[in-house]
Amino acid sequence: MKLYHSFKTSIIGLRVNRVRSLLTILGIVIGISAIILIFSIGKGAENLILDQLGGMGAETIVVRPGQEPKGPSDFAESLFQDSLTTKDIEALKRKENVPHLSQIAPAVIVPGSVSYRGETFKSFNFGWSAELMKEMYDAELESGIVFGEKEIRNKASVAIIGSDVKDEFFPYEDPVGKNVKIKDRNFKIVGVLAPKGSISGFNIDELVVVPYSTAQKYLLGIDYYHEVIIKADSPENVEITVRDIEDTLREVHDITDSSKDDFFIVTQEGMVDQIGTILSVLTIFLSAVVGIALVVGGVGVMNIMLVSVTERTREIGLRKAIGATNKDIMAQFLFEAILLTVSGGIAGVLIGAFFSFLTAIILTNFAGLDWTFSFSTGAALLGIVVSAGIGIVFGIYPAKKASQKSPIEALRYE
Amino acid sequence: MQKPLISVKDIEKTYNDEGGETRALRGVSFDVNPGEFIAIMGPSGSGKSTLLHMLGFLDRPTKGEYKFSGRIASNFSDDEQAHLRNEKIGFVFQAFNLLPKTSVLDNVKLPLFYSDIEESKWNDLATRAINSVDLSHRIHHETQQLSIGEKQRVSIARALVTDPDVIFADEPTGNLDSKSGGLIMDIIKRLHYKGKTIILITHETYTAGYADRMIKIRDGKVESDEKIESSRKIGEFKK
Repeated sequence: MKLYHSFKTSIIGLRVNRVRSLLTILGIVIGISAIILIFSIGKGAENLILDQLGGMGAETIVVRPGQEPKGPSDFAESLFQDSLTTKDIEALKRKENVPHLSQIAPAVIVPGSVSYRGETFKSFNFGWSAELMKEMYDAELESGIVFGEKEIRNKASVAIIGSDVKDEFFPYEDPVGKNVKIKDRNFKIVGVLAPKGSISGFNIDELVVVPYSTAQKYLLGIDYYHEVIIKADSPENVEITVRDIEDTLREVHDITDSSKDDFFIVTQEGMVDQIGTILSVLTIFLSAVVGIALVVGGVGVMNIMLVSVTERTREIGLRKAIGATNKDIMAQFLFEAILLTVSGGIAGVLIGAFFSFLTAIILTNFAGLDWTFSFSTGAALLGIVVSAGIGIVFGIYPAKKASQKSPIEALRYE
Repeated sequence: MQKPLISVKDIEKTYNDEGGETRALRGVSFDVNPGEFIAIMGPSGSGKSTLLHMLGFLDRPTKGEYKFSGRIASNFSDDEQAHLRNEKIGFVFQAFNLLPKTSVLDNVKLPLFYSDIEESKWNDLATRAINSVDLSHRIHHETQQLSIGEKQRVSIARALVTDPDVIFADEPTGNLDSKSGGLIMDIIKRLHYKGKTIILITHETYTAGYADRMIKIRDGKVESDEKIESSRKIGEFKK
């Protein structure tokens, strides 16, 4: 018998038991839908994060004090590291040390809030360079000006505020020239940023930026920085600039062994790589869980196939009596198993795609995320191949059993 | 002298069951010439079904020699036996063994699936076989919609579709009322007139009367083997 006829015979066999066939593949359908959903959400999350990181700019290099954090607690620790100081900034600014550096500004984080006439607003307070901030986040000024080198040098008490801060305190008036308080110190507002939203996890609209020198001296009382933000003159030169920065800082800090570095460098590319790694580990882990579910589904298929073989003993006997060889019977039942699992796989891909799409709609409309629906044809193909594999692995034993039935035993069976 | 189509010599079959050995056949010998219509009779447990399974390549004898068309059957592989069953033999079973929820046409086509005959001829062959048992008006009906007499006619059409040399009929009227039983025997008799070799297994003397030779089996041995001088003709059924 030709393969095509085995295939046709299998379809007829499955049609006879429609409801059972549907129930049998349910496990496979759910498993494959889960795989499609996991891949889609993984890809969506990656796109979302990359989109947000994109705002940081490919040429941006961030230097942070301490050892590279391995977890959230390490990150908190970096706030108390004092290894990055003005001396480092001076060294990095020198052309002969870092030739491709185009801009540099240190930053400090001022925890707390901002207040105006007794009202407080939970803001992100930064001591930074307003010019670099504006450029890095591609932010527009709604009114006023940005403070410059002079204000930084003079440790002036001036601030630039985001649009949410403005809306909170000055809904109907121009805040430029008004004074807000951070840690009991008055800061004169010189500029207001236009609404922008979140970039790299910061809500720009909730920012309050003051000169870093002022924040260091009057708000924190420290002489070191929480981070140093550097821009290379082009994205291609980021790699070489990172090396120049490392060499310069090691020289200034008297470090010969790179494993003893008291600073670490973050670039957009590095972050993208890291996030990609985390997401793929997560995807693999979840897929493994789904894989177990699929094995369980496969065992279910085997179970039902065995029942079906027993039930159809008479049919097997008849087929043998009219000329079917053992191979024909084996092919028929194996095809039935594969057909079952592959149709389960295809249904799973479609259902998975549907739920991925639904997830995208929900996340966009109800969670306010800028989520893009993504459907990986690779994952779909993988799902179908895996389901065919399950059909073969779990179908072979029942098929073998069917083929070994003796025709007379089979015909005698009542 | 004509060369026999089937020749068995001292055939024995022993089953090893839990309760010990069962000797279903204890040395059976006879020849069947092409075109003969033989009835094999015997009470239940006499070994007549076992004999049919041997002759139809559904089982192998424990001892003895079986020649089919002059070839020694014990030398055939499983696949060769399957091929012979498909090409040379048609089975008609007491319980019909039709596929449920499948049309008459597809049931009759089933042996062609396993044959070397080109697919383009399948519909034609199956339709002709169905016409020969007067069921053309039921061709697209599913088998569970048919009466039991019609079901047996479908199973005869299925046995005929590959144009085999021998038809083995195992109690073909056993499940039927006398009227449809007579109709079935008429069809079988007609096949005999057309030149087919027929081996009929039955325990009813009346049905056996359609054959022109009767072999009686008892306790796994041939009890008698004689010609029937005036066998029953088509349309003669009554009970």
